Amino acid sequence: MNAASAATGIAPATQPGPPLWLLAELTYRCPLHCVFCYNPVDFARTSTELSTGDWLRVLREARAAGSVQCGFSGGEPMLRDDLEELVAEAHRLGFYTNLLTSGVGLTEARASALKQAGLDHIQLSFQDSTRELNDFLSHTKTFDLKRRTAGIIKSHGWPMVLNCVIHRLNIDYIEQIIELAVELGAEYLELANSQYYSWAEINRDGLLPSREQLERAERVTNDYREKLGDKIRIFFVVPDYYETRPKKCMNGWGNVFLTITPDGTALPCHTAKMLKGITFPNVRDMSVQDIWYASPGFNHFRGDSWMKDPCRNCPEKEKDLGGCRCQAFMLTGDAANADPVCDKSPFHPVVQDAVAYAQVPDARRTVVKPLVFRDPKVSRQLAEASSTPLGAHLSAPEKNSRSPPIL
Amino acid sequence: MNAPQAAIALDARPRVAGHFRLQWEEVQKAWVLLYPEGMVKLNGSAGEIMQRLDGEKTVQALIDELESSFETSGLTQDVLDFLAIAQRQGWVKP
Ligand code: SF4
Ligand code: SF4
Repeated sequence: MNAASAATGIAPATQPGPPLWLLAELTYRCPLHCVFCYNPVDFARTSTELSTGDWLRVLREARAAGSVQCGFSGGEPMLRDDLEELVAEAHRLGFYTNLLTSGVGLTEARASALKQAGLDHIQLSFQDSTRELNDFLSHTKTFDLKRRTAGIIKSHGWPMVLNCVIHRLNIDYIEQIIELAVELGAEYLELANSQYYSWAEINRDGLLPSREQLERAERVTNDYREKLGDKIRIFFVVPDYYETRPKKCMNGWGNVFLTITPDGTALPCHTAKMLKGITFPNVRDMSVQDIWYASPGFNHFRGDSWMKDPCRNCPEKEKDLGGCRCQAFMLTGDAANADPVCDKSPFHPVVQDAVAYAQVPDARRTVVKPLVFRDPKVSRQLAEASSTPLGAHLSAPEKNSRSPPIL
Repeated sequence: MNAPQAAIALDARPRVAGHFRLQWEEVQKAWVLLYPEGMVKLNGSAGEIMQRLDGEKTVQALIDELESSFETSGLTQDVLDFLAIAQRQGWVKP
């Protein structure tokens, strides 16, 4: 028997499997101001959120199309006061329901209501374990609240899953973060290095850790794994800038993941809206079934006929499908290029340059860009300042050019 | 594969572990195990075993039931092997 190897397989390119994962981004509103926020930089442009009725329909349609995991996220999903109603419907439909929250607004009363609605799991995100740094990084006083929230989660019998975004400014405090997770009774701790999209991309120079910092953090994490054994499972996610092969983004474009943004736009991943020239469908106009199987937006990067060199003829193309389309777009200006994390990409020096700069100690940096905190006002300014997505300032090399681009 | 840990006893009464949910998915035509932000799709035989775990039935009774449903014999080792994997993965509590 070989049941253990089953997991989520790769659907053949021509016949995508069902949208197993539904990510419902209920709102872009959020009381926090994370410097690595994954919401689009121009999120403040989104004015109309889907109604309760729209979401209930989306849940039913997605479930009928085969979705089985449902994540409620944001922004801060607790800011939707119909959250309990949506969770209840998702639960009734047979979804496994996950709530991804910073903990703000998760009172005892709402936790009880969510439990009753059938919520299966809460992932609590922590910006950092030290109060000062936490307040600095998230720009609000949230630390005590998170401690309280963790208590509430535990007392309702949910598995305690902590997520902490790691970066240059907090990676040296990895001991404190792990200790805190233990103290809170976490069963899982995800130490995920920031990925450089959206706000984190603007702040990349300030957030990308040095190699030395990374190696130390991994060492410390391994020591704790050994010391703590089964008590807590710790996942450590390295920033892909330090790799030479890209990740298989979203396990394949339009293969498993379906994101619905607050205004109803359907995306193959939560950052895909930045891709110029692709029109993504909206659940207000089209059923989830049609969005998934028949919309040009979702079919755009399925299969491999869209690939260019070096991916097109690469023996490894099934392994990573050329990496992340958004990263290719941000760093090369063309989403159909190889993800420049790959050292076969002629744009790989863009990534190498960023990594080289990450080795320069803060004290020796001549121009230090201040961190940009996620904020609606800043979002509006940034959206106005350039109607082109961030990153598009890099021009692609000449079509036949073999030489790497110059930053 | 690692060596299975101490095999599950024939008189154990295993059940699906907390935080895991087993359900039939019509679209996938398979039993799946759901857990925080994840899913394991079970193959046919794994599904047949898992759906019979209720915390009351013994492993021996489970084997007997499977052998009679499928009009076969000699499933003991297969079932024990699978349960050892399932236990190691944390899907099943003895
Ligand atoms: S990353 Fe921070 S600011 Fe962005 S939605 Fe999450 S908690 Fe809010
Ligand atoms: S060239 Fe393209 S397909 Fe080959 S390893 Fe690099 S990113 Fe993957």
